[in-house]
Amino acid sequence: MDRVPILKIGDVLLVSIQGDLDDQSVLTLQEDLAERVVATGAVGVIIDITAVEIVDSFVGRMLSTIAGMSRMLDAETIVVGMRPAVAITLVELGLSLGGLRTALDLEKGIALLGRTASAPLDDLSAVGQ
Amino acid sequence: MEQLSITSNDDVVIVRQKVRAHAIDLGLSLVDQTKVVTAASELARNTLVHAGGGQACIEVVQNGMRRGLRLVFSDNGPGISDLDLALTDGWSSGGGLGLGLSGSRRLVDEFTLDSDPGRGTVVTVTKWTR
Amino acid sequence: MTVQESSSRRRIEDLMRENEDRLVDRWVEISNAPLRGRVVDSDVRRELRDLLRALLRSSESPDGGADLRGLLADLSRTRARQGFTPGETALAVFTLKEAVYELVEADGGEEVLHGYISLSRTIDELGLYTFEAYTAAREKIIADQTEQLLELSTPVVKLWDGIVAVPLVGTLDSARTQVVMEKLLQTLVDTGSEYAVIDITGVPAVDTQVAQHLLKTVMAARLMGAHCIISGIRPQIAHTIVTLGIEFGDIVTKATLADALAFALRQSGVEVVNRRRTRVSVRAEEA
Repeated sequence: MDRVPILKIGDVLLVSIQGDLDDQSVLTLQEDLAERVVATGAVGVIIDITAVEIVDSFVGRMLSTIAGMSRMLDAETIVVGMRPAVAITLVELGLSLGGLRTALDLEKGIALLGRTASAPLDDLSAVGQ
Repeated sequence: MEQLSITSNDDVVIVRQKVRAHAIDLGLSLVDQTKVVTAASELARNTLVHAGGGQACIEVVQNGMRRGLRLVFSDNGPGISDLDLALTDGWSSGGGLGLGLSGSRRLVDEFTLDSDPGRGTVVTVTKWTR
Repeated sequence: MTVQESSSRRRIEDLMRENEDRLVDRWVEISNAPLRGRVVDSDVRRELRDLLRALLRSSESPDGGADLRGLLADLSRTRARQGFTPGETALAVFTLKEAVYELVEADGGEEVLHGYISLSRTIDELGLYTFEAYTAAREKIIADQTEQLLELSTPVVKLWDGIVAVPLVGTLDSARTQVVMEKLLQTLVDTGSEYAVIDITGVPAVDTQVAQHLLKTVMAARLMGAHCIISGIRPQIAHTIVTLGIEFGDIVTKATLADALAFALRQSGVEVVNRRRTRVSVRAEEA
Protein backbone atom coordinates (compact mmCIF):
# COMPACT_ATOMS: atom_id res chain seq x y z
CA MET A 1 0.00 0.00 0.00
CA ASP A 2 1.30 3.45 -0.87
CA ARG A 3 2.05 5.67 2.07
CA VAL A 4 1.47 9.38 1.71
CA PRO A 5 4.85 11.09 2.31
CA ILE A 6 5.07 13.64 5.12
CA LEU A 7 7.62 16.39 4.53
CA LYS A 8 9.15 18.52 7.24
CA ILE A 9 10.04 22.13 6.49
CA GLY A 10 11.32 23.99 9.54
CA ASP A 11 8.77 23.36 12.26
CA VAL A 12 5.96 22.68 9.81
CA LEU A 13 4.84 19.29 8.48
CA LEU A 14 3.60 19.27 4.91
CA VAL A 15 1.39 16.58 3.43
CA SER A 16 0.41 16.73 -0.20
CA ILE A 17 -2.30 14.22 -1.02
CA GLN A 18 -2.09 13.00 -4.60
CA GLY A 19 -4.73 10.92 -6.29
CA ASP A 20 -7.43 8.69 -4.93
CA LEU A 21 -6.70 7.23 -1.49
CA ASP A 22 -8.43 4.11 -0.23
CA ASP A 23 -9.80 4.17 3.31
CA GLN A 24 -6.92 2.23 4.81
CA SER A 25 -4.33 4.68 3.42
CA VAL A 26 -6.38 7.52 4.87
CA LEU A 27 -6.25 5.94 8.33
CA THR A 28 -2.55 5.21 7.96
CA LEU A 29 -1.89 8.84 7.07
CA GLN A 30 -3.83 9.96 10.13
CA GLU A 31 -1.69 7.76 12.42
CA ASP A 32 1.58 8.66 10.70
CA LEU A 33 0.86 12.36 11.05
CA ALA A 34 0.09 12.17 14.77
CA GLU A 35 3.34 10.30 15.33
CA ARG A 36 5.36 12.76 13.28
CA VAL A 37 3.84 15.76 15.10
CA VAL A 38 4.99 14.33 18.43
CA ALA A 39 8.37 13.16 17.13
CA THR A 40 9.28 16.46 15.48
CA GLY A 41 7.53 18.87 17.83
CA ALA A 42 6.01 20.60 14.81
CA VAL A 43 3.95 23.73 15.42
CA GLY A 44 1.99 23.47 12.22
CA VAL A 45 0.58 20.90 9.80
CA ILE A 46 -0.36 21.83 6.26
CA ILE A 47 -2.44 19.38 4.24
CA ASP A 48 -2.48 20.22 0.55
CA ILE A 49 -5.53 18.79 -1.23
CA THR A 50 -5.12 20.67 -4.53
CA ALA A 51 -4.96 17.36 -6.40
CA VAL A 52 -7.88 15.76 -4.57
CA GLU A 53 -10.96 15.39 -6.75
CA ILE A 54 -13.41 14.29 -4.09
CA VAL A 55 -13.61 14.55 -0.31
CA ASP A 56 -16.27 12.28 1.11
CA SER A 57 -17.35 11.99 4.74
CA PHE A 58 -14.53 9.55 5.47
CA VAL A 59 -11.76 11.85 4.25
CA GLY A 60 -13.59 14.82 5.77
CA ARG A 61 -13.62 13.10 9.14
CA MET A 62 -9.91 12.32 8.77
CA LEU A 63 -9.18 16.03 8.20
CA SER A 64 -11.20 17.04 11.28
CA THR A 65 -9.58 14.32 13.38
CA ILE A 66 -6.08 15.35 12.35
CA ALA A 67 -6.90 18.98 13.20
CA GLY A 68 -8.26 17.97 16.60
CA MET A 69 -5.35 15.66 17.39
CA SER A 70 -2.67 18.12 16.37
CA ARG A 71 -4.33 20.88 18.35
CA MET A 72 -4.00 18.70 21.43
CA LEU A 73 -0.38 18.13 20.51
CA ASP A 74 0.03 21.90 20.20
CA ALA A 75 0.17 22.17 16.43
CA GLU A 76 -2.15 24.13 14.14
CA THR A 77 -3.58 22.34 11.08
CA ILE A 78 -4.41 24.14 7.86
CA VAL A 79 -6.01 22.51 4.84
CA VAL A 80 -5.07 24.25 1.58
CA GLY A 81 -6.16 24.08 -2.04
CA MET A 82 -9.69 22.73 -1.76
CA ARG A 83 -11.32 22.82 -5.19
CA PRO A 84 -14.63 24.70 -5.62
CA ALA A 85 -16.48 21.57 -6.73
CA VAL A 86 -15.21 19.72 -3.67
CA ALA A 87 -16.23 22.57 -1.36
CA ILE A 88 -19.73 22.77 -2.88
CA THR A 89 -20.14 19.00 -2.53
CA LEU A 90 -18.99 19.02 1.10
CA VAL A 91 -21.52 21.72 1.96
CA GLU A 92 -24.26 19.73 0.23
CA LEU A 93 -23.17 16.56 2.00
CA GLY A 94 -23.66 18.41 5.28
CA LEU A 95 -20.04 18.31 6.39
CA SER A 96 -19.07 21.64 7.94
CA LEU A 97 -15.57 20.55 9.02
CA GLY A 98 -15.94 22.85 12.02
CA GLY A 99 -12.71 23.84 13.66
CA LEU A 100 -10.71 23.19 10.53
CA ARG A 101 -8.72 26.14 9.20
CA THR A 102 -8.34 26.53 5.47
CA ALA A 103 -6.44 28.64 2.96
CA LEU A 104 -6.70 29.04 -0.80
CA ASP A 105 -3.21 27.77 -1.60
CA LEU A 106 0.02 26.59 -0.01
CA GLU A 107 1.55 30.07 0.13
CA LYS A 108 -1.46 31.57 1.90
CA GLY A 109 -1.56 28.55 4.20
CA ILE A 110 2.04 29.08 5.29
CA ALA A 111 1.35 32.81 5.78
CA LEU A 112 -1.70 32.00 7.92
CA LEU A 113 0.33 29.57 10.00
CA GLY A 114 3.04 32.22 10.45
CA ARG A 115 0.49 34.78 11.69
CA THR A 116 -1.03 32.49 14.28
CA ALA A 117 2.08 30.64 15.37
CA SER A 118 4.55 33.53 15.58
CA ALA A 119 2.65 35.59 18.18
CA PRO A 120 2.80 33.19 21.14
CA LEU A 121 6.35 32.17 20.23
CA ASP A 122 7.49 35.79 20.41
CA ASP A 123 5.85 36.14 23.81
CA LEU A 124 7.69 33.10 25.10
CA SER A 125 11.06 34.34 23.87
CA ALA A 126 10.37 37.68 25.54
CA VAL A 127 9.78 35.89 28.83
CA GLY A 128 12.96 33.92 28.36
CA GLN A 129 15.02 37.05 28.07
CA MET B 1 -24.07 -1.03 -18.04
CA GLU B 2 -21.23 -2.01 -15.79
CA GLN B 3 -21.36 -4.41 -12.88
CA LEU B 4 -18.76 -4.18 -10.12
CA SER B 5 -18.40 -6.14 -6.94
CA ILE B 6 -17.48 -4.43 -3.70
CA THR B 7 -15.47 -6.61 -1.35
CA SER B 8 -12.58 -4.43 -0.23
CA ASN B 9 -11.39 -0.86 0.22
CA ASP B 10 -9.74 -1.05 -3.19
CA ASP B 11 -13.12 -1.81 -4.78
CA VAL B 12 -14.51 1.41 -3.32
CA VAL B 13 -11.72 3.28 -5.10
CA ILE B 14 -12.51 1.43 -8.34
CA VAL B 15 -16.22 2.29 -8.04
CA ARG B 16 -15.29 5.97 -7.64
CA GLN B 17 -13.04 5.88 -10.71
CA LYS B 18 -15.59 4.07 -12.89
CA VAL B 19 -18.40 6.40 -11.84
CA ARG B 20 -16.21 9.41 -12.63
CA ALA B 21 -15.34 8.03 -16.07
CA HIS B 22 -19.03 7.47 -16.86
CA ALA B 23 -19.98 10.92 -15.53
CA ILE B 24 -17.37 12.56 -17.77
CA ASP B 25 -18.58 10.56 -20.80
CA LEU B 26 -22.11 11.65 -20.09
CA GLY B 27 -21.09 15.31 -20.01
CA LEU B 28 -22.05 16.09 -16.42
CA SER B 29 -20.69 19.43 -15.17
CA LEU B 30 -17.61 19.33 -12.95
CA VAL B 31 -19.66 20.03 -9.84
CA ASP B 32 -22.20 17.35 -10.73
CA GLN B 33 -19.40 14.87 -11.45
CA THR B 34 -17.92 15.57 -8.04
CA LYS B 35 -21.33 15.21 -6.37
CA VAL B 36 -22.18 11.88 -7.99
CA VAL B 37 -18.71 10.42 -7.36
CA THR B 38 -18.89 11.49 -3.72
CA ALA B 39 -22.34 9.90 -3.38
CA ALA B 40 -20.99 6.71 -4.99
CA SER B 41 -18.10 6.68 -2.54
CA GLU B 42 -20.43 7.00 0.45
CA LEU B 43 -22.80 4.31 -0.78
CA ALA B 44 -20.05 1.88 -1.79
CA ARG B 45 -18.49 2.27 1.65
CA ASN B 46 -21.89 1.68 3.29
CA THR B 47 -22.23 -1.54 1.32
CA LEU B 48 -18.80 -2.65 2.49
CA VAL B 49 -19.09 -1.57 6.14
CA HIS B 50 -22.69 -2.54 6.90
CA ALA B 51 -23.15 -5.61 4.74
CA GLY B 52 -19.59 -6.82 4.34
CA GLY B 53 -19.76 -6.28 0.59
CA GLY B 54 -22.12 -6.27 -2.34
CA GLN B 55 -22.60 -5.13 -5.89
CA ALA B 56 -22.50 -1.80 -7.68
CA CYS B 57 -24.13 -1.32 -11.05
CA ILE B 58 -23.50 1.76 -13.20
CA GLU B 59 -25.73 2.51 -16.17
CA VAL B 60 -26.61 5.40 -18.42
CA VAL B 61 -30.36 6.03 -18.55
CA GLN B 62 -32.50 8.19 -20.80
CA ASN B 63 -35.68 10.06 -19.97
CA GLY B 64 -36.92 11.87 -23.07
CA MET B 65 -34.20 14.33 -23.97
CA ARG B 66 -32.38 14.04 -20.67
CA ARG B 67 -29.70 11.53 -19.98
CA GLY B 68 -28.59 10.46 -16.58
CA LEU B 69 -26.29 8.22 -14.63
CA ARG B 70 -27.97 5.57 -12.50
CA LEU B 71 -26.11 3.77 -9.76
CA VAL B 72 -27.51 0.75 -7.96
CA PHE B 73 -25.86 -0.55 -4.81
CA SER B 74 -27.16 -3.88 -3.59
CA ASP B 75 -26.14 -6.22 -0.81
CA ASN B 76 -27.36 -9.26 1.09
CA GLY B 77 -26.49 -7.82 4.47
CA PRO B 78 -28.59 -7.37 7.59
CA GLY B 79 -30.75 -4.68 5.98
CA ILE B 80 -32.14 -1.60 7.68
CA SER B 81 -35.04 -1.89 10.11
CA ASP B 82 -35.83 1.79 10.49
CA LEU B 83 -35.48 3.61 7.16
CA ASP B 84 -36.42 7.04 8.52
CA LEU B 85 -33.81 6.77 11.24
CA ALA B 86 -31.16 5.62 8.74
CA LEU B 87 -31.82 8.71 6.64
CA THR B 88 -31.43 11.10 9.57
CA ASP B 89 -28.36 13.33 9.55
CA GLY B 90 -25.89 12.27 12.18
CA TRP B 91 -27.41 8.87 12.97
CA SER B 92 -24.88 6.10 12.51
CA SER B 93 -24.70 2.42 13.24
CA GLY B 94 -21.23 1.94 11.88
CA GLY B 95 -19.27 4.48 13.88
CA GLY B 96 -19.16 6.99 11.05
CA LEU B 97 -20.45 10.53 10.84
CA GLY B 98 -23.91 9.36 9.88
CA LEU B 99 -23.88 11.32 6.64
CA GLY B 100 -23.50 8.43 4.19
CA LEU B 101 -27.16 7.89 3.31
CA SER B 102 -28.66 11.26 4.21
CA GLY B 103 -25.76 13.18 2.68
CA SER B 104 -25.62 11.25 -0.57
CA ARG B 105 -29.38 11.72 -0.97
CA ARG B 106 -28.72 15.48 -1.18
CA LEU B 107 -26.01 14.98 -3.80
CA VAL B 108 -28.21 13.26 -6.39
CA ASP B 109 -31.51 13.99 -8.15
CA GLU B 110 -33.30 10.75 -7.35
CA PHE B 111 -32.80 8.45 -4.40
CA THR B 112 -34.62 5.28 -3.46
CA LEU B 113 -33.85 2.97 -0.60
CA ASP B 114 -35.31 -0.54 -0.40
CA SER B 115 -34.46 -2.69 2.50
CA ASP B 116 -35.67 -5.97 3.83
CA PRO B 117 -34.39 -6.63 7.36
CA GLY B 118 -32.37 -9.81 7.27
CA ARG B 119 -32.29 -9.97 3.46
CA GLY B 120 -30.36 -6.95 2.26
CA THR B 121 -30.52 -3.42 0.98
CA VAL B 122 -30.77 -1.82 -2.46
CA VAL B 123 -29.98 1.85 -2.90
CA THR B 124 -30.68 3.39 -6.32
CA VAL B 125 -29.55 6.90 -7.16
CA THR B 126 -29.78 8.91 -10.39
CA LYS B 127 -28.07 12.11 -11.47
CA TRP B 128 -29.52 13.84 -14.56
CA THR B 129 -27.68 16.07 -16.98
CA ARG B 130 -28.83 19.68 -17.01
CA MET C 1 -36.49 -10.20 -42.99
CA THR C 2 -37.45 -13.41 -44.80
CA VAL C 3 -35.43 -14.79 -47.70
CA GLN C 4 -38.09 -13.75 -50.18
CA GLU C 5 -38.30 -10.30 -48.67
CA SER C 6 -34.57 -9.75 -48.82
CA SER C 7 -34.36 -10.93 -52.41
CA SER C 8 -37.11 -8.56 -53.51
CA ARG C 9 -35.46 -5.81 -51.49
CA ARG C 10 -32.23 -6.52 -53.35
CA ARG C 11 -34.10 -6.37 -56.61
CA ILE C 12 -35.47 -2.86 -56.01
CA GLU C 13 -32.12 -1.63 -54.75
CA ASP C 14 -30.47 -2.87 -57.92
CA LEU C 15 -33.11 -1.01 -59.89
CA MET C 16 -32.35 2.14 -57.90
CA ARG C 17 -28.62 1.72 -58.45
CA GLU C 18 -29.05 1.34 -62.21
CA ASN C 19 -31.17 4.49 -62.42
CA GLU C 20 -29.27 6.54 -59.84
CA ASP C 21 -28.99 9.76 -61.82
CA ARG C 22 -32.62 9.78 -62.88
CA LEU C 23 -33.76 8.93 -59.35
CA VAL C 24 -31.69 11.68 -57.73
CA ASP C 25 -32.99 14.21 -60.29
CA ARG C 26 -36.60 13.36 -59.53
CA TRP C 27 -36.01 13.22 -55.77
CA VAL C 28 -34.40 16.67 -55.77
CA GLU C 29 -37.22 18.01 -57.90
CA ILE C 30 -39.99 16.62 -55.68
CA SER C 31 -38.39 17.48 -52.37
CA ASN C 32 -37.46 21.02 -53.41
CA ALA C 33 -40.85 21.89 -54.87
CA PRO C 34 -42.43 22.99 -51.55
CA LEU C 35 -39.22 24.81 -50.46
CA ARG C 36 -39.21 27.04 -53.56
CA GLY C 37 -35.90 28.83 -53.73
CA ARG C 38 -34.95 28.53 -50.07
CA VAL C 39 -32.29 25.97 -50.90
CA VAL C 40 -29.59 25.71 -53.53
CA ASP C 41 -30.35 22.89 -55.99
CA SER C 42 -26.75 21.76 -56.35
CA ASP C 43 -26.29 21.50 -52.56
CA VAL C 44 -29.45 19.48 -52.15
CA ARG C 45 -28.46 17.24 -55.07
CA ARG C 46 -25.14 16.47 -53.38
CA GLU C 47 -26.82 15.81 -50.01
CA LEU C 48 -29.48 13.56 -51.42
CA ARG C 49 -27.07 11.62 -53.66
CA ASP C 50 -24.88 10.92 -50.61
CA LEU C 51 -27.96 9.85 -48.67
CA LEU C 52 -29.12 7.53 -51.44
CA ARG C 53 -25.72 5.89 -51.74
CA ALA C 54 -25.49 5.46 -47.97
CA LEU C 55 -28.99 3.93 -47.96
CA LEU C 56 -28.04 1.45 -50.68
CA ARG C 57 -24.79 0.66 -48.86
CA SER C 58 -26.52 0.19 -45.52
CA SER C 59 -28.24 -3.05 -46.56
CA GLU C 60 -24.93 -4.55 -47.69
CA SER C 61 -22.72 -3.98 -44.68
CA PRO C 62 -23.76 -4.47 -41.05
CA ASP C 63 -22.35 -1.10 -39.91
CA GLY C 64 -23.54 0.80 -42.98
CA GLY C 65 -26.55 2.07 -41.00
CA ALA C 66 -24.32 4.21 -38.81
CA ASP C 67 -23.02 6.04 -41.85
CA LEU C 68 -26.57 6.73 -43.05
CA ARG C 69 -27.71 7.95 -39.63
CA GLY C 70 -24.71 10.25 -39.44
CA LEU C 71 -25.63 11.82 -42.77
CA LEU C 72 -29.26 12.20 -41.73
CA ALA C 73 -28.23 13.81 -38.44
CA ASP C 74 -26.02 16.26 -40.37
CA LEU C 75 -28.90 17.09 -42.70
CA SER C 76 -31.25 17.67 -39.76
CA ARG C 77 -28.70 19.85 -37.98
CA THR C 78 -28.03 22.11 -40.96
CA ARG C 79 -31.74 22.41 -41.71
CA ALA C 80 -32.52 23.21 -38.06
CA ARG C 81 -29.92 26.00 -38.18
CA GLN C 82 -31.23 27.31 -41.50
CA GLY C 83 -34.65 27.65 -39.91
CA PHE C 84 -36.55 24.87 -41.67
CA THR C 85 -39.43 23.23 -39.81
CA PRO C 86 -39.02 19.62 -38.70
CA GLY C 87 -41.83 18.72 -41.13
CA GLU C 88 -39.91 20.16 -44.07
CA THR C 89 -36.81 18.32 -42.97
CA ALA C 90 -38.57 14.97 -42.71
CA LEU C 91 -40.30 15.58 -46.04
CA ALA C 92 -36.90 15.62 -47.75
CA VAL C 93 -36.61 11.95 -46.80
CA PHE C 94 -40.23 10.92 -47.37
CA THR C 95 -40.25 12.26 -50.94
CA LEU C 96 -37.78 9.50 -51.88
CA LYS C 97 -40.77 7.15 -51.87
CA GLU C 98 -42.48 9.13 -54.58
CA ALA C 99 -39.35 9.21 -56.71
CA VAL C 100 -38.77 5.46 -56.31
CA TYR C 101 -42.42 4.67 -57.00
CA GLU C 102 -42.07 6.13 -60.49
CA LEU C 103 -39.27 3.63 -61.12
CA VAL C 104 -41.38 0.79 -59.72
CA GLU C 105 -44.27 1.75 -61.97
CA ALA C 106 -42.04 1.78 -65.01
CA ASP C 107 -40.66 -1.66 -64.11
CA GLY C 108 -44.08 -3.14 -63.35
CA GLY C 109 -42.70 -6.39 -61.84
CA GLU C 110 -44.36 -7.92 -58.81
CA GLU C 111 -41.10 -8.61 -56.99
CA VAL C 112 -40.10 -4.98 -57.26
CA LEU C 113 -43.46 -4.02 -55.75
CA HIS C 114 -42.76 -6.28 -52.75
CA GLY C 115 -39.35 -4.71 -52.41
CA TYR C 116 -40.98 -1.29 -52.50
CA ILE C 117 -43.04 -2.07 -49.41
CA SER C 118 -39.96 -3.14 -47.49
CA LEU C 119 -38.05 -0.06 -48.66
CA SER C 120 -40.96 2.16 -47.75
CA ARG C 121 -40.83 0.90 -44.18
CA THR C 122 -37.13 1.74 -44.00
CA ILE C 123 -37.75 5.24 -45.37
CA ASP C 124 -40.44 5.83 -42.73
CA GLU C 125 -37.96 4.93 -40.04
CA LEU C 126 -35.35 7.25 -41.53
CA GLY C 127 -37.87 10.09 -41.76
CA LEU C 128 -38.75 9.68 -38.10
CA TYR C 129 -35.07 9.60 -37.29
CA THR C 130 -34.56 13.03 -38.90
CA PHE C 131 -37.38 14.24 -36.67
CA GLU C 132 -35.54 13.11 -33.59
CA ALA C 133 -32.22 14.43 -34.82
CA TYR C 134 -33.86 17.76 -35.64
CA THR C 135 -35.34 18.11 -32.16
CA ALA C 136 -32.03 17.14 -30.56
CA ALA C 137 -30.24 19.77 -32.66
CA ARG C 138 -32.78 22.41 -31.65
CA GLU C 139 -32.49 21.49 -27.97
CA LYS C 140 -28.73 21.83 -28.27
CA ILE C 141 -29.05 25.29 -29.79
CA ILE C 142 -31.42 26.38 -27.01
CA ALA C 143 -29.19 24.93 -24.30
CA ASP C 144 -26.13 26.68 -25.74
CA GLN C 145 -27.97 29.99 -25.88
CA THR C 146 -29.20 29.64 -22.31
CA GLU C 147 -25.67 28.97 -21.17
CA GLN C 148 -24.30 31.95 -23.09
CA LEU C 149 -26.98 34.14 -21.56
CA LEU C 150 -26.03 32.93 -18.09
CA GLU C 151 -22.37 33.63 -18.76
CA LEU C 152 -23.18 37.12 -20.01
CA SER C 153 -25.41 37.99 -17.11
CA THR C 154 -22.95 36.99 -14.42
CA PRO C 155 -19.68 38.87 -14.60
CA VAL C 156 -17.20 38.33 -11.80
CA VAL C 157 -15.14 41.51 -11.46
CA LYS C 158 -11.93 42.23 -9.63
CA LEU C 159 -12.30 45.17 -7.22
CA TRP C 160 -8.84 45.11 -5.71
CA ASP C 161 -5.89 42.83 -5.44
CA GLY C 162 -7.37 39.86 -3.59
CA ILE C 163 -10.96 41.12 -3.68
CA VAL C 164 -13.49 40.05 -6.31
CA ALA C 165 -17.17 40.91 -6.62
CA VAL C 166 -20.18 39.60 -8.44
CA PRO C 167 -22.96 42.17 -8.93
CA LEU C 168 -26.22 40.27 -9.40
CA VAL C 169 -28.96 41.96 -11.37
CA GLY C 170 -32.48 40.75 -12.00
CA THR C 171 -34.47 37.81 -10.79
CA LEU C 172 -32.41 34.96 -9.45
CA ASP C 173 -33.56 31.44 -10.05
CA SER C 174 -31.97 28.39 -8.61
CA ALA C 175 -30.08 27.42 -11.80
CA ARG C 176 -28.65 30.89 -12.37
CA THR C 177 -27.60 31.30 -8.76
CA GLN C 178 -25.80 27.98 -8.95
CA VAL C 179 -23.89 28.99 -12.10
CA VAL C 180 -22.90 32.35 -10.59
CA MET C 181 -21.72 30.75 -7.42
CA GLU C 182 -19.62 28.12 -9.17
CA LYS C 183 -18.05 30.82 -11.31
CA LEU C 184 -17.35 33.01 -8.28
CA LEU C 185 -15.65 30.19 -6.39
CA GLN C 186 -13.55 29.29 -9.43
CA THR C 187 -12.49 32.94 -9.76
CA LEU C 188 -11.29 32.89 -6.15
CA VAL C 189 -8.95 30.03 -7.05
CA ASP C 190 -7.84 31.49 -10.38
CA THR C 191 -7.03 34.94 -8.97
CA GLY C 192 -5.96 33.84 -5.50
CA SER C 193 -8.48 36.22 -3.95
CA GLU C 194 -9.37 35.81 -0.30
CA TYR C 195 -12.38 38.11 -0.35
CA ALA C 196 -15.56 37.85 -2.41
CA VAL C 197 -18.40 40.34 -2.39
CA ILE C 198 -21.81 39.18 -3.57
CA ASP C 199 -23.79 42.31 -4.31
CA ILE C 200 -27.54 41.78 -4.58
CA THR C 201 -28.60 45.44 -4.89
CA GLY C 202 -30.17 44.66 -8.28
CA VAL C 203 -32.11 41.65 -7.07
CA PRO C 204 -35.77 42.42 -6.37
CA ALA C 205 -36.57 39.27 -4.39
CA VAL C 206 -35.18 35.95 -3.29
CA ASP C 207 -36.92 32.70 -2.49
CA THR C 208 -35.88 30.02 -0.04
CA GLN C 209 -33.86 28.09 -2.62
CA VAL C 210 -31.89 31.12 -3.79
CA ALA C 211 -31.20 32.18 -0.21
CA GLN C 212 -30.00 28.64 0.51
CA HIS C 213 -27.68 28.76 -2.51
CA LEU C 214 -26.20 32.06 -1.31
CA LEU C 215 -25.69 30.53 2.09
CA LYS C 216 -24.06 27.41 0.67
CA THR C 217 -21.72 29.51 -1.45
CA VAL C 218 -20.56 31.43 1.61
CA MET C 219 -19.94 28.14 3.40
CA ALA C 220 -18.13 26.63 0.41
CA ALA C 221 -15.91 29.72 0.11
CA ARG C 222 -15.10 29.40 3.79
CA LEU C 223 -14.08 25.77 3.30
CA MET C 224 -11.76 26.91 0.53
CA GLY C 225 -10.18 29.49 2.81
CA ALA C 226 -11.87 32.63 1.51
CA HIS C 227 -14.36 35.09 2.98
CA CYS C 228 -17.68 36.16 1.49
CA ILE C 229 -19.48 39.41 2.13
CA ILE C 230 -23.07 39.91 0.99
CA SER C 231 -23.96 43.51 0.22
CA GLY C 232 -26.99 45.45 -0.90
CA ILE C 233 -29.69 43.41 0.82
CA ARG C 234 -32.98 45.23 0.34
CA PRO C 235 -35.38 45.58 3.26
CA GLN C 236 -37.88 43.24 1.55
CA ILE C 237 -35.21 40.58 1.09
CA ALA C 238 -34.06 40.94 4.69
CA HIS C 239 -37.69 40.49 5.68
CA THR C 240 -38.03 37.39 3.49
CA ILE C 241 -34.90 35.82 4.92
CA VAL C 242 -36.00 36.41 8.49
CA THR C 243 -39.57 35.25 7.80
CA LEU C 244 -38.39 32.09 6.07
CA GLY C 245 -36.30 31.38 9.12
CA ILE C 246 -33.09 30.99 7.12
CA GLU C 247 -30.14 31.22 9.46
CA PHE C 248 -27.61 33.64 8.01
CA GLY C 249 -25.58 33.19 11.16
CA ASP C 250 -22.20 34.85 11.24
CA ILE C 251 -22.15 35.83 7.58
CA VAL C 252 -20.87 39.36 7.05
CA THR C 253 -23.51 41.56 5.42
CA LYS C 254 -23.05 45.21 4.42
CA ALA C 255 -25.52 47.83 3.26
CA THR C 256 -23.71 48.75 0.05
CA LEU C 257 -20.99 47.45 -2.23
CA ALA C 258 -18.79 50.36 -1.08
CA ASP C 259 -19.14 49.36 2.56
CA ALA C 260 -18.31 45.77 1.63
CA LEU C 261 -15.19 46.87 -0.25
CA ALA C 262 -14.11 49.07 2.67
CA PHE C 263 -14.59 46.15 5.04
CA ALA C 264 -12.60 43.76 2.81
CA LEU C 265 -9.79 46.32 2.42
CA ARG C 266 -9.61 46.84 6.17
CA GLN C 267 -9.57 43.09 6.79
CA SER C 268 -6.75 42.56 4.33
CA GLY C 269 -4.75 45.34 5.95
CA VAL C 270 -5.15 48.04 3.33
CA GLU C 271 -5.78 51.56 4.62
CA VAL C 272 -7.48 54.19 2.48
CA VAL C 273 -6.54 57.73 3.42
CA ASN C 274 -8.20 60.87 2.13
CA ARG C 275 -5.43 63.47 1.83
CA ARG C 276 -5.93 67.11 0.71
CA ARG C 277 -9.46 66.51 -0.45
CA THR C 278 -8.85 65.04 -3.88
CA ARG C 279 -5.85 62.76 -3.51
CA VAL C 280 -6.49 59.30 -2.30
CA SER C 281 -3.45 57.32 -1.36
CA VAL C 282 -3.32 53.73 -0.43
CA ARG C 283 -0.85 52.06 1.81
CA ALA C 284 -0.61 48.39 2.52
CA GLU C 285 0.11 47.53 6.10
CA GLU C 286 2.22 44.57 6.86
CA ALA C 287 0.09 41.83 8.17
